[in-house]
Amino acid sequence: MNLIAKPSKENIKTYVPIGLFLISFSLLDVFINAFFNFNLMVFLPSQLSYFLPLILGFIGFYLIRIEFSGVRSLDILNKNINSNNFNALLTLFTIFIIIKSIPPMLDWFILEANFVGNSKDDCTGDGACWVFIKVWFNRFMYGLYPDSEQWRINTAFLILFAVVGASFFVSEKLKKYFILFLVFVFPFLGIKLISGGSFGLEYVESAAWGGLSLTFIISAFAILFCFPIGVILALGRRSSLPAIRYISIGFIELWRGVPLITVLFMSAVMFPMFLPDGTFIDKLIRVLIAITLFEAAYMAEVVRGGLQALPKGQYEAAKSLGMGYWRMNALIILPQALKLVIPGIANTLLALVKDTPLIFVVGLMELAGMIGLAKTNPKWLGMAMEGYVFAGLVFWVICYAMSRYSQNLEKKLSTER
Amino acid sequence: MILKKFNIENKKVRDLIPQAITVLALLSVIIYFATNAQINMGNRGISFGFGFLNQEASFDITFSMIEYDGSHSYGRAFLVGLLNTILVSVIGIFFATIMGVVVGISRLSDNYLIAKVAEWYVEIFRNIPLILQIFFWYFAALRALPLPENGISFNDISFLTIKGWYVPKFIWTNFNIFLLSVIAAFIAIYFINSYATKQREQFGKQIPTTIISLTTLLLIPLITFLFLGVSLTFEYPVLKQLSPTVFTYAGGVSIIPELIALALALSMYTATFIAENVRAGILGVGKGQKEAAASIGLNKNQILKLVVMPQALRIIIPPTTNQYLNLTKNSSLAAAIAYPDIVLVFAGTALMQTGRAIEIISITMLTYLTLSISISIFMNWYNKKMAIKEK
Repeated sequence: MNLIAKPSKENIKTYVPIGLFLISFSLLDVFINAFFNFNLMVFLPSQLSYFLPLILGFIGFYLIRIEFSGVRSLDILNKNINSNNFNALLTLFTIFIIIKSIPPMLDWFILEANFVGNSKDDCTGDGACWVFIKVWFNRFMYGLYPDSEQWRINTAFLILFAVVGASFFVSEKLKKYFILFLVFVFPFLGIKLISGGSFGLEYVESAAWGGLSLTFIISAFAILFCFPIGVILALGRRSSLPAIRYISIGFIELWRGVPLITVLFMSAVMFPMFLPDGTFIDKLIRVLIAITLFEAAYMAEVVRGGLQALPKGQYEAAKSLGMGYWRMNALIILPQALKLVIPGIANTLLALVKDTPLIFVVGLMELAGMIGLAKTNPKWLGMAMEGYVFAGLVFWVICYAMSRYSQNLEKKLSTER
Repeated sequence: MILKKFNIENKKVRDLIPQAITVLALLSVIIYFATNAQINMGNRGISFGFGFLNQEASFDITFSMIEYDGSHSYGRAFLVGLLNTILVSVIGIFFATIMGVVVGISRLSDNYLIAKVAEWYVEIFRNIPLILQIFFWYFAALRALPLPENGISFNDISFLTIKGWYVPKFIWTNFNIFLLSVIAAFIAIYFINSYATKQREQFGKQIPTTIISLTTLLLIPLITFLFLGVSLTFEYPVLKQLSPTVFTYAGGVSIIPELIALALALSMYTATFIAENVRAGILGVGKGQKEAAASIGLNKNQILKLVVMPQALRIIIPPTTNQYLNLTKNSSLAAAIAYPDIVLVFAGTALMQTGRAIEIISITMLTYLTLSISISIFMNWYNKKMAIKEK
């Protein structure tokens, strides 16, 4: 075995160029194979030519694996992707799979895809039919809401974004009023604007609401209401009064033990039985109540975590200042406890947004529901892939942005402490 | 303050008032709902009761693990749905755990590429709603599979088609003996392991338990095959022509696409959360622990097995239990793609037929509550077993 010396600092000049050449050759082979469908090694038996890039790359990685070579970039490379034989193989596999999967993805998403036209017949390529998304885009965003009235939804969201945006820049004193407006005034204003029925606005029944805007409406309302209920439940669970404690525990565990879908079923078919005959509560409101109570139970557990993490001294200090139960919680305990559990709160809100598509069980259609409707349209059969990839992308962007924001918030707060 | 005005100074009385108000409020709501429900049911001519469970269900279920057809009762249909829910949950938990552990460890790999790929896997699949993933697999990915006549064949014994995955059926003779032998093997392994632990702790002897356990597990069932008349044959699926254009497979077991889509989506989605738990657990074991273990001469495998994992598991198990619970509850999304789970069969079809909303929804919710509570009881027991035993 001494015929070939182990790669080391002495023979770096000969080994590294050979190794790098082998690696680049193997990568080039896979690349050309994947992108141009041409096999560089056609003259070799098929089994061998299939594994050749792997073998060559592996030898190449072996040759360049020189510890303390003195070349900085080589050391970094070895440390990160080439620390031993196993890692070298993993690296090669990963790179090969990535290279191999790029062309079909590229083809489907862009190269072979159709962008122009306005019916299914315009989709001639093998790739995605983005015409489908383009034609249905309005429905995916607004559901069955009448086209001529859609400015109302836009206005409501524009006001929301404007107020939220402005609240970041105004002074502390004004900020308070902005937040009060957002929490206590805007929700009802916005819902009035969207549903109409007065002020000369045409009434649009909630069954016509849908698409992504409905996702936002439901998420916003559920977030708004589940938070205070969750805090009250958490306080109730830690209360010293047994009746209140057990009722809170029972309530929380009941909601947490069942899937949301059964809760929605309950709101759709069982809840009307509990109301006096002839009473009718709008479907959307029933769904909102169901989602709010469900998420409130999860929120309560998150808040409880924060309450438990606070040292007992905080409670005692507040009491020794002569504060009562509510003043102690509102001024001393909750501000600290909530700050501790911001990541948990963000996760619950994220789960809430991800749960909104479930409203399909009661017949309301947000984005995923509208896609279900569109793909069963006789003129647009076979568009499921495009639809769900699109919906997945939209939801992914929203959820990823939320999770990133919560991670940043967490980091920011942890450095402050 | 108001309380002081009314001069209620006695703590007991002061505590009683809010409790009494809450209980009364709750009771009045319940009574209000109950009276309304009674009136409503009276109007519709139905009375509360569970007798309907014995009535003939007269609807079919596409996939059942026990014998079922329309002539069986609603109670039996409930059982079919429950078993299907349990089946998909168990499959999901199994694969989610494996994938979660692999991805979680990969995220900590010193290989930059692997760590990045694992990170992106988590970021992508965690942030897309589960229901969309189920839809994607069911309506988009699995619909792209070939028709039965051109099914993707695995060595001609198993076929993947648009109508499902056809796999060979196991036909056992004397299965009971085989099962007993497997149980016996596990008992033997338990004793071997406890003996080995004793030897190691008392005399410092190392016994290669892994190899011995594996051989036991293979050897004892093998003996039943050779001497005790246990045998296993396979029934392979065979392509059959129903009409000039319609083909199907006869024989074997058909795994319906709904189950595949659901199991895939559930395990890929939950795996991301388990991966994060695993990562947090391993990171949570102090560096000093590993260094101390290395300094007393343990090798890399021993460090992982004896020092890192026992401590990491303590951090990993509680949140992972929650994920198992979530997976079980999320399996109810089956209703969206018509996999016959408890929600679809019972809270869907049976409810539509009987109109007994209150009874059926309560039974369904109670079932999920029981499932949730039993998993958490089991996991609490396991957690207690793994917890630090302080001397």
